[in-house]
Amino acid sequence: MEDMKTIYLILVLAPLAGSVIAGLFRNQIGKAGAHWVTILGVGVSFLLSAYVFWQHVMNGAPVFNENLYTWMVVDGLEMHVGFLVDNLTAMMITVVTFVSLMVHIYTVGYMAHEDGYQRFFSYISLFTFSMLMLVMSNNFLQLFFGWEAVGLVSYLLIGFYYKRETAIFANMKAFLVNRVGDFGFILGIAAIAMYFNSLDYAQVFSAAPDKAGETISIWGDSQWSLMTVICILLFIGAMGKSAQMPLHVWLPDSMEGPTPISALIHAATMVTAGIFMVARTSPLFELSETALSFVLIIGATTAFFMGLIGIVQNDIKRVVAYSTLSQLGYMVAALGASAYAAGLFHLMTHAFFKALLFLAAGSVIIGMHHNQDIRNMGGLRKYMKITWITALLGSLALIGFPGFSGFFSKDAIIEAVGYSQITGATYAHWLLVAGVFVTALYSFRMYFLVFHGKGPRDEHAKDHLKESPAVVTVPLILLAIPSVFIGWFAIEPMLFGDFFKGVLHVASAHDTLGEVGKTYHDQIGFISHGMMMLPFWLAMAGLAVAWYVYLMKPSIADGIRSRFDWLYRLLDRKYGFDEFNQAVFAGGSLFIGRLLWNVGDKTVIDGIAVNGSARSVGVLAQAVRWVQSGYLYHYAIAMILGLLGLLFWFVVR
Amino acid sequence: MDFNASTLLLLLPEIVLLSAIAVILVLDLFLDQSKRVFTYGMSLAALVATMAAVMLGDNTSQVVMHGAYVVDAMGSVLKVALLSVGIFAFIYSRRYLSDRNLFKGEFYVLGLLAILGMMIMVSAGSFLSLYLGLELLALSLYALVAFDGDSKPGSEAAMKYFVLGALASGMLLYGISMIYGATGVLDFAGVAKVIASGQADQTVLTFGLVFVLIGIAFKFGAVPFHMWVPDVYQGAPVVVTAFLGSVPKIAAFAMAMRILAESMGGLGPEMGWQGWQGMLIILAVLSLALGNIVALVQDNIKRMLAYSTISHVGFIFLGLLAGGDKGYSAAMFYTIIYALTAVGGFGLLAILSRKGVEAENLHDLKGLNKRSPWLAAMMLLIVFSMAGVPPTVGFFAKLFILDALVNADLLWLALVAVFFSVIGAFYYLRIIKVIYFDKPESEEPIAANVDARLAISVNGLAMLYYGIFPASLLAVCQAAIAAL
Repeated sequence: MEDMKTIYLILVLAPLAGSVIAGLFRNQIGKAGAHWVTILGVGVSFLLSAYVFWQHVMNGAPVFNENLYTWMVVDGLEMHVGFLVDNLTAMMITVVTFVSLMVHIYTVGYMAHEDGYQRFFSYISLFTFSMLMLVMSNNFLQLFFGWEAVGLVSYLLIGFYYKRETAIFANMKAFLVNRVGDFGFILGIAAIAMYFNSLDYAQVFSAAPDKAGETISIWGDSQWSLMTVICILLFIGAMGKSAQMPLHVWLPDSMEGPTPISALIHAATMVTAGIFMVARTSPLFELSETALSFVLIIGATTAFFMGLIGIVQNDIKRVVAYSTLSQLGYMVAALGASAYAAGLFHLMTHAFFKALLFLAAGSVIIGMHHNQDIRNMGGLRKYMKITWITALLGSLALIGFPGFSGFFSKDAIIEAVGYSQITGATYAHWLLVAGVFVTALYSFRMYFLVFHGKGPRDEHAKDHLKESPAVVTVPLILLAIPSVFIGWFAIEPMLFGDFFKGVLHVASAHDTLGEVGKTYHDQIGFISHGMMMLPFWLAMAGLAVAWYVYLMKPSIADGIRSRFDWLYRLLDRKYGFDEFNQAVFAGGSLFIGRLLWNVGDKTVIDGIAVNGSARSVGVLAQAVRWVQSGYLYHYAIAMILGLLGLLFWFVVR
Repeated sequence: MDFNASTLLLLLPEIVLLSAIAVILVLDLFLDQSKRVFTYGMSLAALVATMAAVMLGDNTSQVVMHGAYVVDAMGSVLKVALLSVGIFAFIYSRRYLSDRNLFKGEFYVLGLLAILGMMIMVSAGSFLSLYLGLELLALSLYALVAFDGDSKPGSEAAMKYFVLGALASGMLLYGISMIYGATGVLDFAGVAKVIASGQADQTVLTFGLVFVLIGIAFKFGAVPFHMWVPDVYQGAPVVVTAFLGSVPKIAAFAMAMRILAESMGGLGPEMGWQGWQGMLIILAVLSLALGNIVALVQDNIKRMLAYSTISHVGFIFLGLLAGGDKGYSAAMFYTIIYALTAVGGFGLLAILSRKGVEAENLHDLKGLNKRSPWLAAMMLLIVFSMAGVPPTVGFFAKLFILDALVNADLLWLALVAVFFSVIGAFYYLRIIKVIYFDKPESEEPIAANVDARLAISVNGLAMLYYGIFPASLLAVCQAAIAAL
């Protein structure tokens, strides 16, 4: 046990050490030093994660749940730093450190000629540390710490090009929108602390069933189920971090950051923190069907409607960003249907293939000299062989082509939601099924426009188009491997085996995955079953439509666009969320701010409180200065007066 | 209780220090000015050796030398604290003194004697030994304040300090005699026993208590017995202020604990307004108010920190008067942290002073960030800690005190404390503003020697370390208080 504790500690602290060294000593160690030290830190972390994974998953090591340090105890509420390591944690840390390592290596090539090279490495290592703290936590407080820390790094990295106006706007937006989510999250944690008097997962989860019937009144006399309130508050936090409607608006803009972090933070890891958190707290969510319905509906809505926007985007990174939103919607919908394992399974496969797609997009961007408009690309397969093949593999995984990792995870989610009986399940099921078509359409629209056809359409690009260096292509290849195969190997233990036994809690009434499992025999059976279902044919249809419309007859696309102009405009404006927020929330805040500034600040606070009290303090201070005259006998008199005062008060009186 | 050679082993730290002082005193006579650094090194070595003797020694609670000397965990912890803070003060002093031709052995011998006095105070088992230690400390400090004989403000400050100190000493002695009259004993445990038995005359006892308390309040510098503090802090050479403004607070805390909690505990918090809790409330509130408000209008940073000290003393008193294990350990934590913070703050001023230029006004700190980002960052941590801004340790020090107050049903006092802390934040932030946002008046780089640079780094980062891991020190304080 002690050995394992040391391993966990090193695993978490190695990236932090790398980050601190690269950040504080950036001038001393130079560019090469910065990438070596951080890659070393994350590499150590990855190797140890692999070892931990092997120990827990293969050798069945017992669950580790221990507090390492008591930060403080306030009024009986204990606040610890502690680790909970079970199969879920082992899976998460392995995915996080693997993707992080790939991104670190990739960055060496991607950022080679950029300013702030060391700063970038310091940030992404800090991110890795924060993410590990988040997933390894054994209590809500440390979870919140990690939650905020990854948010901070995300904020810093979106605004990495801090001289660019749009980047600053984007990181502010991300920060503010996440505040909304985090506000809900911390209220949820506060509710847990209030009703359970503990922040420890194990204690809270074991006490939860007894509190299932409790109600609280939030305002007036209306009674709310405690569990529903807690779960929805927690989920609002997840909506912010995992970008679910209507708190999704920050994620597309976050593409202002450099591409490697789009892959690491805004696709593979941080944005899945919400999914992880809900799965971790499944014992609570299982107690509130209302909350589950809420989760399911939000997830399915996000999955379908965000995918639609992806079809009309022209910036290569934004297409992938909307695809991420849509896939996160799938994971959340799985959680709502109590198919936590399926959500986590999709989280894992998605981490690999989405990181791959982002890094491939980055490779294209390098080749195109930072031109990101897919209308300028085309025919790139001739110039960038490795990028082309890996992007194809990633796209196939994304649309759920049979046998690829995404196929297993997405099909499992759709089937599980189909079995769900809770409110909103039918609505969610159909949206998810329709979403498959949309996914295939936007994925292959992008794929065909970038890699096929005549091109590149930007004539100047021909002169400098070439395959990216090995530090870029090797991570692509390494990520392509799990993108293709991981589903085949992981589906049985993760969905139907006892990989998550004792970790996830599913009430028997909600056991949708169990229903799916009744017809499951092996991978081949699952594939052949899937190929007879509607989603598969929708995916193929999407692929075919993309091929026909965008490759064979581009005129159709223009025709459709002018025919359905209103729809195109609606999608292009992203349903008007941004305009609404800008006008109502930003404008409203500014209005209230001005009002308060004029009335509250200028007259009341500045005029009366600050200047008034400053004046009285000034007068008082002058008086004391006068007493502090410098004359010894004044001082002695003061002491004796003090003595007499005390004597009078305590003895004579 | 009987004397035998093995009891001497318990006094080993004091013996080590005293012998070292004797050796340094004699050796120093034979050293050229150019080799004075040897004295400096020896003094540091003496402190380290004493600290080792404290740490390795037995600290299970026992009373020896016929009740005159106490060994316990609190004593050991406080001794380690005051020795370490003393080491910082010595390190900061070297370059400052040699720049001004003051680099003499006497500085270190007087400093060591003061520390010896404080160790005796910390381990005092009776009023007599306490008084002995106190006078050793006080006499050394008077001489240290006047260490720069050519400085008029220094001599004036020493004079004031001496006269007022004598007055306070007299009051303390008078109070002790009253307590002796009421109880018939001088050792703390004996006094506590007589008070508990209820045989002592309550009026005489309270009468004595007031006088004794004034002795304590003077040592701390609590209002209205604070008048010496600003003048002495400003008048003394800044390295002396660094020493005088930090280490003696720890000894004063020990004095307060031994007298108030150990021997006069019967007149403590359970008596409410009738006992010393009431007296401390008055002194604490006055100190918090006056210290914070007057500091606002100071431009001399030494004087500003002097008033800030007064307000911190208010906080320490709040912990003491809350009483109980929680209050005492919070006060102990606060005192140790305050001493460490104060020595860093004054130490930094010493580092910034150059030959012929004293860094003592606020504008001397202007643009420090441009001249030395690292020193500026250390000052930032130290000032934040004084203001009580998380994640520095000052925040937790205040938090523990407030927690103890709320626990002792003194919510209103906690609110008063927070209110004045908010006022206090203003002048601390003013320092930060000057350091980071004003243009430097001189571009001259800062010539700090390596040892001082290292010490200030450790000192500043300690603010952060204990802020992130407050439990590491708090647990030690709690264990020490629980063993009383």
